[in-house]
Amino acid sequence: MAILTIHSLNLQIENKILCRDLSVQIGENQRWGLLGKNGAGKTTLLHALIGQRRASQGSIRLDGKSIYDLKQRELASKVGILFQQGIEALPATVFETVMLGRHPHTQSLLWDDQKDIEIAESALDAFNLDQLKERDVGTLSGGELQRLALAMLLAQTPQLFLLDEPSNHLDVAFQIKLLSVLTNKVAETSASLIMATHDINLAFRFCENIILLLADGESLVGRSVDVLTEENLSQAYGCPIKSVSSGDHRLFYPA
Amino acid sequence: MIAQKQILLLIALTAFCVASMVFSLLSGSVDITVAQLIQSIVSSESSLNSQVLQEIRVPRTLAAFVTGGLLGLSGAIMQVLLRNPLADPYILGISGGAAVGALSAILVGATGFWLSNAAFAGALFSIFLVFGIANKFGNWSVTRLLLTGVVVSAGWGAVINILLTTSSTNNVQSMLFWLMGDLSQSSVNSAHYLLLLVGLVGGIAVSRSLNVLIRGELLAVSLGVNITSLRLLLFFSASIFTATAVTIAGSVGFVGLIIPHMLRLVGARDHRILIPSCVLLGGSFLVLADSLARTLIAPQQLPVGVVTAVIGVPAFIMILRSTIRK
Repeated sequence: MAILTIHSLNLQIENKILCRDLSVQIGENQRWGLLGKNGAGKTTLLHALIGQRRASQGSIRLDGKSIYDLKQRELASKVGILFQQGIEALPATVFETVMLGRHPHTQSLLWDDQKDIEIAESALDAFNLDQLKERDVGTLSGGELQRLALAMLLAQTPQLFLLDEPSNHLDVAFQIKLLSVLTNKVAETSASLIMATHDINLAFRFCENIILLLADGESLVGRSVDVLTEENLSQAYGCPIKSVSSGDHRLFYPA
Repeated sequence: MIAQKQILLLIALTAFCVASMVFSLLSGSVDITVAQLIQSIVSSESSLNSQVLQEIRVPRTLAAFVTGGLLGLSGAIMQVLLRNPLADPYILGISGGAAVGALSAILVGATGFWLSNAAFAGALFSIFLVFGIANKFGNWSVTRLLLTGVVVSAGWGAVINILLTTSSTNNVQSMLFWLMGDLSQSSVNSAHYLLLLVGLVGGIAVSRSLNVLIRGELLAVSLGVNITSLRLLLFFSASIFTATAVTIAGSVGFVGLIIPHMLRLVGARDHRILIPSCVLLGGSFLVLADSLARTLIAPQQLPVGVVTAVIGVPAFIMILRSTIRK
């Protein structure tokens, strides 16, 4: 059963067409990579999926219902997004911040539910932030802030994770850690994930499906092994890209 | 999470509130002791003391509390709505509109009821003017709202200057008192208490959403906050609180700007705590300031706005410095 169905979607910013006639079905426990060069429309597409940019044509359905018919809160309880800019370092503790992720689920007006606290704490644990619980967000490093934003997303417990450049500010070890945490979460909760990234190798490694945005709103949709070829990538990025394969691994580099 | 420390803060503020009210009831030209105060509360006998209390000090103390509470609340809301630490209840030109209304009323010799109504009408006019201009094309981004408010404010400022420079010396004196904020002519009725209560309860009811909105509009949307209706609610409620406060006491400065910041600096960053704290501290602060305003150079009275600045500015700088050192 598909969680998200994008049908014949057109997206444009002023006169620039970013997406033309895009159709994708995203099922449970699927991980999708969203690739394309700067300005190709990756972020715009992700924002469209949370209803923040109206499509000029086509439909976006979540569990069969158009996202425009869902209440904001209902949508937020099912779709969570990590923004490219991460989170602002406003004065607040790490724990107060991660608790915000529970906002769409919170029932009580005033008091924090024990269940919400436990979910938030385990989200901090998942990204090794449990020691920083009482720290002020303003004192965190760039990488710690990014992990906090990810923990907040995890605490939101969405069915569909949208990630805009999740590996920003993260060292190699945390990039791998973050993706394995998310992969496990997706599998555990029968969720799915769309990740916009510039890192072709990371996308190939973690996503079995790819949406590759080309120039002029065209796009390629399919399995990573089929879409991520030297020819397609060279066309998408407008620069020659080569690859080397070793067993199941494939490594891409600009020629 | 609401920690014990924050509950303690609320308890401390409530105590401060009671203390400031008692102080206010005791200070003035007629000396009243604590014993006499208690006696006049418990006994039904009419004495000079109980008359002074009932007819002068109690109404004035309550007027100060309601005004300060509304300003604190409005300031906290404006700072979230505009996501700007410099935002205060007057930033969108509401007090300017009220001032032009009030000053015009003074010019034609109106007092009391008509003066208040003119101020309130001016404030309402300004609210709809700012909203109308900022909302013209159906998109009212925060920047647009802020810029519109600042420009309209500046416009009112010019009108105020015209009124001041062309009025007789006698009128200018009352106008200046109004502009600096003054409680000597103030009275409040049950509608005012009700508004403060509704503001407090409503503010607490949306406090979780405020916690999210202050982190950014896009993030708030992604966490399920309907920001279109929330922002409308915040704009109009904060505007009405401000309009009511300036109608009661004129443009009392500093309360709405400094009180929410002071409370954030001492740790009340969660709006579930910040909103009630702002009402309590805003109210008590103005009660205290007004007590000083009418006793410092007695028998003459100072405009309370002068006292709020004289206490507020150094107190704020002290708290700011002590938190930076940490």
